[in-house]
Amino acid sequence: MRCVKVRDFLDSLDCTVEAGAAGLDNEVRGGYASDLLSDVMAHARDGDIWVTVQAHQNIIAVATLAGLAAVVVAGGVECEPETARRAEEEGIPLLRTRLAAFEVVGRLHAAGVRGSARG
Amino acid sequence: MLLECPVTGEDFQAAGEAAARLKRTLRQLGIDAATARRAAIVAYEAEMNIVIHAFRGVLSVDISPERIEILADDEGPGIPDIALAMQEGYSTAPEYIREMGFGAGLGLPNMRRYSDEFHIESTVGRGTSVRMVINVPSKGSLA
Repeated sequence: MRCVKVRDFLDSLDCTVEAGAAGLDNEVRGGYASDLLSDVMAHARDGDIWVTVQAHQNIIAVATLAGLAAVVVAGGVECEPETARRAEEEGIPLLRTRLAAFEVVGRLHAAGVRGSARG
Repeated sequence: MLLECPVTGEDFQAAGEAAARLKRTLRQLGIDAATARRAAIVAYEAEMNIVIHAFRGVLSVDISPERIEILADDEGPGIPDIALAMQEGYSTAPEYIREMGFGAGLGLPNMRRYSDEFHIESTVGRGTSVRMVINVPSKGSLA
């Protein structure tokens, strides 16, 4: 896969950049979808774009510590102001879309983003 | 170098700050990204366990060029059955915390999975102490 950046997905995911625009040039190396934070910590890989319906501030800590490329909050869930503030502070792109998580993952996969094939 | 961060039970605002501070410090000290990430993950899980389950605690980290030793000591309810708590999927977290995506029963298993040494002791009614060591690969072995 050629080097793709977070900003390359803004149109196809029909999303708004809620905060963290400084990280829009982060390279996307793969993807992960989960709403359990410890599951993301355990299995998401460095450079993954993360799809979730969690929108509270702790998702930014998880994204920062796990070295994720961006967070996509799916399903039209409203992001808490504190989440946006932290995303801005850490330079983690916080993207929000009305598309359901399943559709977001489908579009990312169609664009060449892959998850890990762990057993 | 010794890093000490107090952690307060139920403070979801500050949750993750101790782990973030550790990751920054490790990167500044020139520790490789993969090792810093592992240390940050186990520190985060230990920190979140204090936030979710305990009254208060301290995360202390001793950093040397060879190893990172993380000690999470808390005053809290303690764990009656450690073997059970170590099982993936077992959790005693309340419903409102699970709704936030915490309490999936993966915290302790993640700590063991990502550390090179893992020890846990607990006294019911007093608290829990977790000690983890992450070995820092020597510069030569990274290539």
